[in-house]
Amino acid sequence: MTDMVREYITTVLDKGIRLDGRKLDEFRNIEVEYGISAKSAEGSARVKIGRTEVVAGVKLEVGEPYADNPDEGTIVVNAELLPLSSRDFESGPPSIDSIELSRVIDRAIREGKGVNFKKLCIKKEEAMWMVMIDIYSINDDGNLFDAAGLVALAALKDAKFPKLTKDNKVDYGTKTTKNLPLEKLPISITVIKVGNHYLVDPSSEEEKILDARLTIGVLEDGTPCSMQKGGDNPLSLDEIDNMVELAVKKSKELRKVLK
Amino acid sequence: MAIEKRTDGRKFDQLREMEAKVGVVPRADGSAMFKIGKTIAVAAVYGPRELYPSAFQNPERGVLRCNYNMMAFSGSGNRVRPGPSRRSKEISLVTEKALLPVLDLSNYAGSVVDVFVELIQTDAGTRCAGITAASMALADAGIPMKDLVSSVAAGIVHGNVVLDLTKEEEDMEATDIATSFATRLGKITHLQMDGEASAKDLRNALELAKKGCEEIKKLQVKALKEKYEGGKND
Repeated sequence: MTDMVREYITTVLDKGIRLDGRKLDEFRNIEVEYGISAKSAEGSARVKIGRTEVVAGVKLEVGEPYADNPDEGTIVVNAELLPLSSRDFESGPPSIDSIELSRVIDRAIREGKGVNFKKLCIKKEEAMWMVMIDIYSINDDGNLFDAAGLVALAALKDAKFPKLTKDNKVDYGTKTTKNLPLEKLPISITVIKVGNHYLVDPSSEEEKILDARLTIGVLEDGTPCSMQKGGDNPLSLDEIDNMVELAVKKSKELRKVLK
Repeated sequence: MAIEKRTDGRKFDQLREMEAKVGVVPRADGSAMFKIGKTIAVAAVYGPRELYPSAFQNPERGVLRCNYNMMAFSGSGNRVRPGPSRRSKEISLVTEKALLPVLDLSNYAGSVVDVFVELIQTDAGTRCAGITAASMALADAGIPMKDLVSSVAAGIVHGNVVLDLTKEEEDMEATDIATSFATRLGKITHLQMDGEASAKDLRNALELAKKGCEEIKKLQVKALKEKYEGGKND
């Protein structure tokens, strides 16, 4: 079955179009909605890319700083591929795909210095803010990587610190007007390679037949800040150049939807 | 000590504001969203599909399998740890029991109908909102049904019998009665009570819940019609 799908998709790609009529470097329509769980979460958002939909929420907890970074807070990213969102996802402990997704999103935000960890320190060696980012798939129609990256940033943007009591306990009932120290927006862009073609924003059919996948975190000035290769086939240096170039170009478009 | 008004200004027999939508997860076989007050539930149905391991199969009819989950950020206060808890497992079970009496799974021997319920935001009444959403999702999936199931909590707050409790009211040492009705059949398919109630109060609370469910049912039917009569059909 996959072979037939693959043959059909590549035949059409050779003509420069995709099954759904998009150009190879064209995203589906993107929608961002903020505050979808405003009563419960400190920050929340929904992102739709075509029919793919993800939601994310930010909860803030107070923890003890790690010994190796006593004056820093931290982020924890958790992504769940809900069985609600696709017949391919199963209940049970986190699958390897959801772990990879969590870690790729974490890496882009962490390595791109999206959140200033120093500003999450409450008191050196004693108390820090832990920014818990939980991402859930609602409908998987391909490209959960970029949707998850975008929704994590949107939820961070939406978040306000809750009030802190004198003994450093969180008063969840009282939100302040203070935003999180979100200083940069590292945008995740996934480029896939099918045959000799490079595609952005893969559909679920295209994901099933890809040769290689590269997810790249890109900063505002176009500098890549994180990368993760996936797929079963290798890439040459030139191919990686092409994919990075395409990702940097597309990141400008995605950045605009968060403005 | 009777109170005159409820914390959010509602009448004793008044539901919170509701919203229902069918087909919110296009890739599922059936799906629905139900919002009541600030509680938001999304449900999706997959199946009937083959059930593995095969030891769980029933050779006479299909099996219904429900899974209830609160998103980690959906609670007021601390983050909810992801993964099943004793509470979520029990709610998954009562969701199954609430829905099963209206389903005809006799043609689906060896198969399973999976129902997934996710809570995006919570403010009391989450299991009821989940059951209401799941019932619409099952209808959307085309599973043969004798009736829809509608669900709401009634309760006793400071001596008053009230409909559709908020979190604030639940926390006031209230009696909380979560119940589900198949209103056309006139039957209760789910009943849980936390707290004390006299026989008379219980009867009154259930009558009130029944009225509430009839109102919810109207909205469920409207939401289903909106999808299928509106001509938009995935």
